[in-house]
Amino acid sequence: EIHIKEPIEKEVNPRLLPGELLLCEASTVYKYIQEDGSNRGTYGKLVCTNFKISFLDDDSASDDNEPQFKNKVVGENDITLQCVDQIYGVYDEKKKLLTGQLRKYPEKLIIYCKDLRVFNFCLRFTKEEEVKRIVSGIVHHSQTPKLLKRLFLFSYASAAPNNTDGRNQTVMFETLEDWRDELERTKGNVKYKAVTTNEGYRVSEKLPLYFVVPICISEESILKYEGRGIPIWCWSCHNGAALLKMSAFPKEQDDSTSQMQKAFLDGIYKTISKPPYELLKMDDLSSSLPSLQDIQTAYTRFKQLFLIDNSTDFWATDVKWFSLLESTNWLEIIRRVLKKAIEVAECLEVQHTNVLLIEESATDLCCVISSLVQVMMDSYSRTKSGFQSLIQKEWVIGGHCFLDRCNHLHKSEKEEAPVFLLLLNCVWQLVQQYPPAFEFTETYLTVLSDSLYVPIFSTFFFNSQHQRDTNKSGESLKTQSGPFRFLTVWDWSVQFDPKAQAFLNNPLYAEKPKPDKSQRKTTRFKHQRQLSLPLTQAKPSTKRGFFREETDHLIKNILGKRIGKFINSSDEPPNNFREFYDSWHSKPVDYHGLLLPRIDGPEIRVWSQRYLRWIPEAQLHGGGTIATAAKILDLMEEVQSLQVKVDEEHSQAVSGDVHSVPMLRNSARLSSLFPFALLQRQSVKPALPTSTWKDLEDEDDLVKRDDECVDLSGDML
Amino acid sequence: MASSSTPKYNSNTLENNSSKRTLKDGTNWEQNEEIPRLPGETRVTDKDVIYMCPFNGPVKGRVYITNYRLYLRSVENDPVVILNVPLGVISRIEKMGGASSRGENSYGLDITCKDMRNLRFALKQEGHSRRDIFEVLTKYAFPQSHNLLFFAFVNEEKFSENGWMVYNPMSEYRRQGLPNERWRVTFINEHYGLCDTYPALLVVPYHATDDELKKVAAFRSRNRIPVLSWIHPETQAVIMRCSQPLVGMSGKRNKDDERYLDIIREANGQISKLTIYDARPNVNAVANKATGGGYEGEDAYPNAELFFLDIHNIHVMRESLKKLKDIVYPNVEESHWLSSLESTHWLEHIKLVLTGAIQVADKVSSGRSSVLVHCSDGWDRTAQLTSLAMLMLDSYYRTIEGFEVLVQKEWISFGHKFASRIGHGDKNHADADRSPIFLQFIDCVWQMSKQFPTAFEFNEQFLITILDHLYSCRFGTFLYNSEFVREKEKVTEKTLSLWSLINSEKSKYTNPFYSKELNRALYPVASMRHLELWVNYYIRWNPRIRQQQPNPVEQRYMELLALRDDYIRRLEELQITNNSKISNSSASSTSPSQMVSHVQTHF
Repeated sequence: EIHIKEPIEKEVNPRLLPGELLLCEASTVYKYIQEDGSNRGTYGKLVCTNFKISFLDDDSASDDNEPQFKNKVVGENDITLQCVDQIYGVYDEKKKLLTGQLRKYPEKLIIYCKDLRVFNFCLRFTKEEEVKRIVSGIVHHSQTPKLLKRLFLFSYASAAPNNTDGRNQTVMFETLEDWRDELERTKGNVKYKAVTTNEGYRVSEKLPLYFVVPICISEESILKYEGRGIPIWCWSCHNGAALLKMSAFPKEQDDSTSQMQKAFLDGIYKTISKPPYELLKMDDLSSSLPSLQDIQTAYTRFKQLFLIDNSTDFWATDVKWFSLLESTNWLEIIRRVLKKAIEVAECLEVQHTNVLLIEESATDLCCVISSLVQVMMDSYSRTKSGFQSLIQKEWVIGGHCFLDRCNHLHKSEKEEAPVFLLLLNCVWQLVQQYPPAFEFTETYLTVLSDSLYVPIFSTFFFNSQHQRDTNKSGESLKTQSGPFRFLTVWDWSVQFDPKAQAFLNNPLYAEKPKPDKSQRKTTRFKHQRQLSLPLTQAKPSTKRGFFREETDHLIKNILGKRIGKFINSSDEPPNNFREFYDSWHSKPVDYHGLLLPRIDGPEIRVWSQRYLRWIPEAQLHGGGTIATAAKILDLMEEVQSLQVKVDEEHSQAVSGDVHSVPMLRNSARLSSLFPFALLQRQSVKPALPTSTWKDLEDEDDLVKRDDECVDLSGDML
Repeated sequence: MASSSTPKYNSNTLENNSSKRTLKDGTNWEQNEEIPRLPGETRVTDKDVIYMCPFNGPVKGRVYITNYRLYLRSVENDPVVILNVPLGVISRIEKMGGASSRGENSYGLDITCKDMRNLRFALKQEGHSRRDIFEVLTKYAFPQSHNLLFFAFVNEEKFSENGWMVYNPMSEYRRQGLPNERWRVTFINEHYGLCDTYPALLVVPYHATDDELKKVAAFRSRNRIPVLSWIHPETQAVIMRCSQPLVGMSGKRNKDDERYLDIIREANGQISKLTIYDARPNVNAVANKATGGGYEGEDAYPNAELFFLDIHNIHVMRESLKKLKDIVYPNVEESHWLSSLESTHWLEHIKLVLTGAIQVADKVSSGRSSVLVHCSDGWDRTAQLTSLAMLMLDSYYRTIEGFEVLVQKEWISFGHKFASRIGHGDKNHADADRSPIFLQFIDCVWQMSKQFPTAFEFNEQFLITILDHLYSCRFGTFLYNSEFVREKEKVTEKTLSLWSLINSEKSKYTNPFYSKELNRALYPVASMRHLELWVNYYIRWNPRIRQQQPNPVEQRYMELLALRDDYIRRLEELQITNNSKISNSSASSTSPSQMVSHVQTHF
C-alpha cells in the first residue's frame, strides 16, 4: 500500500542555530505528502530541539533546488515549538489529541501548525524506543507550560553573535525622543506632551516607559490610579483631532472607592474639556465590539476549516463552504472591526472630534482600532517602516500581551486570543482592496503573521516593555550573564536574504511625491479637499455622544453624573456613518489620503494566501494573483536593466549597483501558492471534486422536469 | 431623501457617456448631441418622469425613447444622472398604482430587465402620459409581439471590421487539422435536411457513410447525431457532441447508433472504452425514458463508459438566478451574505458545470480517450461542457478572435436556442423556455479568467459587452434559434455582427497581462474556495459595490509598458548619437531619470 523508496542510509544532521540544542530524534520516519490521499511520501529523520521540530528528508542536504523565497531561520519542514497548534496521535485509524503524559505511543503523528501547515508522520517503521522518545519529547516541549526564561529567545540571545544591522528605519518608541518626534510629525505637540513619569516604572509595569498625555494632565493624576483613567494619546489627525485610549477602572464593589474614582474621572474630564479640548467622544470597546472570547472562538473555528487532513476532507467541506465560513463568524468580526474603525475615522475627520477608546486594559481592541484608524488615515502607516513603527507604538511598546494572547508559554488558554492576527486580517482587507496604497505586500503580512511564532525575536515574546526590560538586563536571572541583546523582527535580513525580501515590497506602490517644502501648504490643502466631504459637515459640536447606548452605559458605569453634560447622549442621525462611507466611495481614491475599507458582504474576503497556501487542492498552476504580480516584476526588471543601459550610454561608463528585483523566469508556470509551499510536488492532474451534489429540496418540482417538455416518443404512440 | 448631499453616479450601460453638462431643455433633442444615437436609431417619444433610483432616491429627469433605447437624463442633479438602456434588455413592463393611487410617486411604470435590475419611473397621473409611454415601450421592447423588426435590422452603423468574417467553419476545422484520414467533412446537412438545428457543415468519422448518418439521426433526439467538436492535436482523441438516444421505456436499441459510436471510438486508434458524459443527473436521465429519451445502456454499448455529470436543467438555473437577483438587487444582503449566497446555489451550479468540463478535458488530454457529451437535446448543458473543455484544452480559444469562434461554433451554429432562452423581443416574460444558460457559461469563463489572469487575451469588459449585447438586439449575432432560421432571415446580410464592434476596438477588450502560451491545458479549480460571485457583473448597478475603474494593477502595468517603450526609444537614440559623435559632452538636462521620475521603481 505504501510506495516505499528504499530508505537511503545517509547521515543528515539538522542545521542548528546558535544556542539550539538537539533534544531527541527518531529515524526512518515516513512523512506523507498530503497531495492526493495516497500514501506517498518520503523517509527521513524527525528531530526535536529546544527551538523547533524538524523533518530531515534525504533531499534536505542537497541545495540544488534552492527555492526563490526561503526563510533562513525556519524551513518548510521546520516547526518552531511555538508554532505547534495541536498534536494528534493515530491509534488504529482513530485520532486522539496528545497533550501530557502518554501511555501508548501512536503509529501516526499529525501536527497542526499555527501557520496552517499540517504534517503527517508515520512511525510504523521507527524503532519503538525512538518513537517513545520523539513523541513524548515533541509533546512535552511544545504543549506543556514553560517558564519564560526557558524560551529559546534567551539561549539564542546569549549564544548568537550580535552582528545585526543597527540601521533600521523603524521607530521603536523606546525613547522619549521617539515619542516627541511622533508628536511633531503628527502636529500633536500643541496639545499633548510626552511624559517621563513612568521612568523606573513607578506608575505602572503595564505602561510603557514613556507615553503621551494631554498637556494639562498632572503628574499626580497619572500616578494616582497607576495610569488608569488617564487618556493616553495614540495619534493626531491633520485637523488636530486626536485618537486617545484609556484603561477603565475595574468594577468596584466598594462604594466609596468607586465614588472616588468617579470624582477623579470627573476632574480629568473637566481639565481636558477646557478649550482646546472641548470635544471628546468615548467608545467603550468592550461593549461595542466582540469580546476576546468571541474572537478566540471564531478564529478557532475558522482556522479549523483550513487544517485539511486530505483531499476527501477538502472536498467534503467544499459543498457547504460558504455557510461553514459564515458559521465561524470570523469574517463578521473583521467586518465589525473595520466598521468601527470607519466610525472613529468619521469622528476625527468630519466632526473634528477627539475620540477616546476605552477598554479594561487598553491593550487589546484599543490596539486593533487605533492601528486600523492610523492605517486608514495616515499614509505613513502604509509604508513598511511606518507600519512597523505603528506596531511598535501601539502593540509592542503599547503593552499588548503577546505572550499571553499567543499562549506562547502554555500557561492559560483563557488568556489566548488572536488579537494581533485580527489586525493583520483587517489590514489585509485594505491591502487587497487598494493595492497601490501600501508599500508592503500581502506576503509581508503573511510572513509577519508567521513571525509571531519565531522565538528568536523579542518583538512578540513579551507582555510589556517592563517585562522585556527586566528580563533583558538579566537581573531576574542570576545565572545568566546579561544584558541580552535581542533581535527585532523588523530586521528582515535575519529571516530573508535580499532576493526573498524583495517579495515583501509592493511593486504597485504609488510612492508619495517627495514633500517639497515650498509646496507644503498647498499639499495640505489638497489633502483636506480630497477627503471628499461637503463643507457643511462640520456640525455644531457639543451635541453628540459617540453612540447613544454606549455613552449612557459609560455615564452610568464609569464616569459619574457630572460628565454627562459634555458627552451628551446622542441625537445623531443614524446614517452619519453611511453618508460618510458613501460619499467617500463615490469619489476617486487618493492613495495617499484617507482610505476607507469597503465592508459590504462580497467585499470581505478570506485571506487566501495565508489560509490556503499549504493546501495542494487549492493551488492553481500558472494562476492566482502571483501570475499578474510576476508579470509586473518581470517588466520592472526589464525596465531597470534598460535604465542602466541608458545611463551607461549617457555617461559612457559602467554604472553602479542596481537594486534587485525578484527573478521570476517562466512566471506563467508559477503556482498560486507561490511564494509558499515551494517544496510541494506539482501535480498536472486537475483537482476534481469528490463530494456529491446536495439536494435542492425546495426546487424539487423543477429538478424533475426536463428542459423542454416535448414528448420524443411519437413513434411509440 | 434629499438628493443634493448624496453621491451621484452614472448608470452607464453600453456606451461611454460624455460627462459634460447638458442642456436642461431636451425638447429639441433631434439636435441635441448629448443624447447618444446610433445610425438608424429614430426618436419615438420623450416625457418628463421621476426616476425612482433605488440608491439615490427620486431623480427628476426626462426620458427619451427611440426604436433602440430608453435614455434618461436628470434635470436637476449634479453630476447628471443618466440611464442608457437598450430596449432589448427589457423583460417585463408593469404599471404600478392606479387612478386612485395616493402618495407621492406611486403612479408609474416598473420595468424588469434581463440584466439584473429593475427600473421604476413615477409619472404624472393626468394627460395619459403613462398610457402613451407604456404603449411605446411595449411596442419597441417587444417587436416580435408586434410584427416589427429587431433593431439589428435597421441599425446602420459602420465598422472597420466585419465580424461575420470571423467564423468560417471550414477554416476552423482546418485549423484543427481536419479533415484527415479518420475524419471527414460532410455536406449532408447543407440544406438542414438531416437536422434543422445543426449547422450546414459537420465533421464525422471517415468510415461512417452519409446513409449511416441518416439512420443514426433517427435514433437521436431531434436528429442531433454525434459530430466532432474538437480534436486533440497529439492524442487524436476527440470531443463529440449530440443529443440523447431515443431509448424510451421499452429500452430500444439501434444497431447503427451502436456501430457509429464504435467507429468514433476506433477513430483515434483507441483500444479502451469510449467515454460518454451525460450532463444530466442520473435520475433525470432515467426519467427521460418516459418521454422517449434516455441514455446509452451498458448492454447496448459495451465499449462505452457512461458518467452522469449532475448538472441541473434550465428551470433550476432560471430559479437560481432569480434568487441571486433577490439578494443583490437593489440592496446587497447585509447580515448573512455568505449563507444567502449559498442558498441561491448559483456558484454551486457554476462549480458543477466547471467540474464536468474539467472531466471532459482531462479525459481527452491525459486519459487519451475520445468522449461523447450530451444532455437531453444537446444545446444547453452540452454546449457549456464542450465549449468550456475546448477553452481549457486549446489556447486559441483564449484569444479574442478564438473566443468569438468558439461562441460562434459551439453555441450559435450548433443551435443553442438564443431566441427562446433570452426571449428576444418577446413579451412573454414568464416563458418556461427562458434560462440563463449562456450567462452561466460566460460566468464560468470569467471564473477561469479570474483564476488565470494571464491566460486570456480578453478582459472582463469583453465578457460584459458580450452579455450586454446578448440582450440588446443591436446586432444579429445572438438572434434566432438556429443557423437554419438565421439563414432564412438573412441575418448576415441584413444585420451587423457583435464581433464587428469588438474587433474594431480591440484594445478596449484586451487584457494587458496576457501571455501567449501554446497548447497548455488550463484546469481551473472548481472549489468554492476559489469561485466567487462576479460582482462587476451581477452587482454593477450598485454604486456602493462598484470596483475601482480602471483597475490600479492594470494601470501600473500599462505605465511600466509605456516606460519600457520610452527607454527602448531613448536607448536607440543614444546609441545613434554616441556612435556618431566623438566628443563626449556632458549629460543634458533631459536625463532619463528625471523624465521618468513619476513612475517610481523602488527596488
